Amino acid sequence: MESYFTFVSSVLGFEPTSLLGFVGAIAVWAVPITAFVSVVGLVSIWLERKISAHIQCRVGPMEVGPHGALQTLADGIKLLGKEDLVPAQADRILFGLAPMLVFASTFVGFAVIPFSQKAVIADLNLGIFFLAAVGSLEAIGVVMAGWSSNNKWSLFGAIRAATQVVSYEIPLGLSLLAVVVVAGSMSLNDITQAQSGWVWNWFLFRNPFMWAVFLIYFIASLAECKRAPFDLPEAESELVSGFHTEYSGMRFAIFFLAEYGAMYIVSAIAVVLFFGGWYTGIPFLDHISGSIGGTTGVVVENLIGAGTIIVKSFLLICVQMWIRWTLPRIRLDQMMDLCLKYLLPFSLVLLVAVSLWQAFQGPIDGGNSVMGMIMLAATVASLIWMRRLAGRVSKASALRRELPVVKTGL
Amino acid sequence: MTDAAEIERIKDHGDVRSEEMLLNMGPQHPSTHGVFRVVIRSDGEIILDAESHIGYLHRCFEKICESVNYTKATPYTDRLDYLMAMGNNLGYALAVEKLLGVEVPERAQYIRVIVTELSRIASHLLAIGTYGMDIGAITPFLYCFRDREKILYILETICGQRLNYNYVRIGGVAYDVDDAMLKMTREFCDYFLPRVMEYNDLLTYNGIFLERTGNVGVLPADLAIAYGCTGPVLRGSGVKRDLRKDAPYAVYDRFDFEIPVGSGEAGTVGDCFDRYMVRMREMIESTKIIQQALDQIPEGDFKHPKVKLKPKVPAGDAYTAVENARGELGFYLIADGSDTAFRLKCRSPAFSNVSVLHEISRGAMVADMVAIIGSLDIVMGEIDR
Repeated sequence: MESYFTFVSSVLGFEPTSLLGFVGAIAVWAVPITAFVSVVGLVSIWLERKISAHIQCRVGPMEVGPHGALQTLADGIKLLGKEDLVPAQADRILFGLAPMLVFASTFVGFAVIPFSQKAVIADLNLGIFFLAAVGSLEAIGVVMAGWSSNNKWSLFGAIRAATQVVSYEIPLGLSLLAVVVVAGSMSLNDITQAQSGWVWNWFLFRNPFMWAVFLIYFIASLAECKRAPFDLPEAESELVSGFHTEYSGMRFAIFFLAEYGAMYIVSAIAVVLFFGGWYTGIPFLDHISGSIGGTTGVVVENLIGAGTIIVKSFLLICVQMWIRWTLPRIRLDQMMDLCLKYLLPFSLVLLVAVSLWQAFQGPIDGGNSVMGMIMLAATVASLIWMRRLAGRVSKASALRRELPVVKTGL
Repeated sequence: MTDAAEIERIKDHGDVRSEEMLLNMGPQHPSTHGVFRVVIRSDGEIILDAESHIGYLHRCFEKICESVNYTKATPYTDRLDYLMAMGNNLGYALAVEKLLGVEVPERAQYIRVIVTELSRIASHLLAIGTYGMDIGAITPFLYCFRDREKILYILETICGQRLNYNYVRIGGVAYDVDDAMLKMTREFCDYFLPRVMEYNDLLTYNGIFLERTGNVGVLPADLAIAYGCTGPVLRGSGVKRDLRKDAPYAVYDRFDFEIPVGSGEAGTVGDCFDRYMVRMREMIESTKIIQQALDQIPEGDFKHPKVKLKPKVPAGDAYTAVENARGELGFYLIADGSDTAFRLKCRSPAFSNVSVLHEISRGAMVADMVAIIGSLDIVMGEIDR
């Protein structure tokens, strides 16, 4: 099972440990990953604009490119052309360092996110641990930004961000641990491979507690990447823009890119941990190299895997956006209440429950598949029930059909 | 919450020495709704004291009205509460008409009621939408603007303006309305009522919204009365006071409508949610008034035939007050028999409403400050005049 990097380095003929190997690693990985982060940023910012527009009865950007697809690019060029402004009273060194640190913490996370079985930069055996560790570096960058700006509103934002990120790390870490208990490994590759086979083998359906674990992870991850309703650090109606109020031009763009990069990372982790990673959930497609054979088979299989995980991650990003454009923002004390009074105890209880389940049910032969099917059926049933419930709550849509609509072009 | 001992308790952290922070909110701040400035003395996120600073939009309205003739002063009233210009026009016109001693034709009275209530809905829609945005929900804002746009379109068809109408004139209204406008208004009313339910689904009964507005910025009834608060701010505190019922002008006494008051659904009576909810319910009541007015509107003159463009106002003084979207808008007019007013004093509701800010924001959090300012629904054009 040689990975893409060892494969490429053997083709190009350099040792991974030599200096040439180091330069080669940068060329082979850092460049494409930078490109990938930028593309993720471009696509998700465009998606955000379009989704928010359609939620708000607008059409969103339409002029630059087809359906405004190049709008973000145009904005990026505009930001590049802006003056590099540093406030007079700011701490210049920290002010310049902060966006880099925030971006780096996001960027490094991409090193362990698997795109397919082979396309992973570093398949660390402590993958999850590494992600949690570098993810929390972001808080330092944010505090740095808020402090160095020498602006009270930025400082408020920075302190809120630090409080929030540090607090939500705990339920986030505990829900990660629950998955580790199920998978028996911290390597993202191993975790994914434990979910191969049909859809019901995904960890989301592994036992009755995994849905709750996923929800806690999802809520905590929203808070981790400071998305609504946890966007207190950059609350635009309260703190103007929070910690990046004083940033403009490319520095702001880097913050922006880091935010969307972080959204992709938390979504990709969720996909790997709960939604079967690069597996489509159909065994035939997942092991297509068996039927095609040769190098072509391996390439096709890996391409399918990469496409699958990217699509799944973007679906989760869309859910994050949907939430952002629906919910109001919570207050600082309510945010802490939610974390310490509800998420933390619940995630602890769930960790114990998952461990007990794993200890008693796990070893039973074929038990996982049966449980998975039951949980999948229960999930589908509850989704249908929730859809019905939502329809009953909102009578407005039914009433609208009966009433005439005012024609604005009268 | 505004208890002095409570503030002392907040300030006293035991061993940890803490410093107060002076935070300058505004005049350029997204949530101060114009050029309003609040200087907050805060301990971390908790507000110890707040001081309002106004005057950034002062335009000498009252002085200008002393130097232009009575008709020419009407456009200046548009700029007071620019979100409900029809109501301002009406208040001023009523004051001059009182001195002139003319009886406005019935049709004009009904048109005045219809346009004022449409304006009120538009103003409340903006208040509710921006309030959602202050709390952090951006989508309701655009929903509200979508419907406000329809009102502005209707008003545009009758007077060509979307914001500063200059439509309600001394002795009547500027132009007659046609059947197309009345039909459009009726269609709007039918369209609008289910929309209110939509806003409720989307924003009002959202758990986070209830948490953010309930028990926040509680304004007790006695405090509201002491500071001269009127409109939804006063009614949110549970006081049933509405000039349309208490001192009816135009033809408001002919309509059947309720006065919604705050009942403390989400916490205490007089909190931000009550003020918000009063506006939401008033929109429904306004729609009911418009529907009744549309049923009753008679044929006839839209303007008093005797009132000239440059009216000869006899010497004397008059005070008239109308129930605007923000409360009691009063005009005290002293005439000396010349072409221009001797003195015009405007009692603006938002000015009195915003004066309670420091009382109700003590002990709240910085995020609550935004919610409180939003719930007071201030318009700086009216506060600074």
